[in-house]
Amino acid sequence: MLKGKNALVTGASRGIGRAIALELAKQGSNVAINYAGNEKKAEAVVQEIEKLGCKAIKIQTDVADETAVKMMVKEVISEFGSLDILVNNAGITRDNLLMRMKETEFDEVINTNLKGVFLCTKAVTRQMMKQRAGKIINVASIVGISGNPGQANYVAAKAGVIGLTKTTAKELASRNILVNAVAPGFISTDMTEALSPEQQEEMLTMIPLQKLGEPEDVAKVVRFLASDDASYITGQTIHIDGGMVM
Amino acid sequence: MADVFERVKSIIVDRLDVDESKVTMEASFKEDLEADSLDVVELVMELEDEFDMEIADEEAEKINTVGDAVNYIQKLQG
Repeated sequence: MLKGKNALVTGASRGIGRAIALELAKQGSNVAINYAGNEKKAEAVVQEIEKLGCKAIKIQTDVADETAVKMMVKEVISEFGSLDILVNNAGITRDNLLMRMKETEFDEVINTNLKGVFLCTKAVTRQMMKQRAGKIINVASIVGISGNPGQANYVAAKAGVIGLTKTTAKELASRNILVNAVAPGFISTDMTEALSPEQQEEMLTMIPLQKLGEPEDVAKVVRFLASDDASYITGQTIHIDGGMVM
Repeated sequence: MADVFERVKSIIVDRLDVDESKVTMEASFKEDLEADSLDVVELVMELEDEFDMEIADEEAEKINTVGDAVNYIQKLQG
């Protein structure tokens, strides 16, 4: 499905990003694994991808640093020869009630989760414009649509990502660059495991399908959006949330 | 001078699919050559590759005519 394609997935050492990287590789895509800190886990993903018969490299980069992002994209292109798929997945949380949220907590989340998407998108656009083809998939979040107490920073960033997705889709459509977002709901990862059992219980009551999603549930939709089967879809946000928000 | 102009012209003709005769030093990208904003961004990218130079965003925004591009490139080439 993605044979011979070249992808860059940010925040790909664990959780949803890791599942996306592996899913793309299963379809034949080479994958560059961007990670922030966990080199060991990033290396494990690289090895898993190589076992699938695809090329993989790992690159440690802070997605909120423009110079570093430019260097990362350059490295991917020189290593793989092209860049067909960008998945903006890197994200952090600094949860706190608005009244207690520090400015630094707000800024950190906006910088990584929103500015990072802008910088990575900008950096790959040159290559994709030249190719007259490209797929950009942004991992937003269902809370970017519904709001969520304790996550003013995260929700603002994710809502921003959805707006950025629509604008980028409109700007780049004429160059055959398709830009979409996915909005995962309650997915079983390190990030959701940090929630208290009561919080988890409460979330479940709001999910019609009455279970958590798995990272693979998100990865499969991303794989579809990255493929030519999705060639008439752009600017959309696909909810992957068990029906939580309709 | 002639050389830079000719190279710029050939990129413009190729990218914007316009008649060679329309590409003069005075021609405005947007008005005379029917380029949209994204076309101009792309042209600047191609000029960067062709002349192996980097054109800063604030400089690129000042490029409105073919002459602006040619003069800018010549200035950088010294």
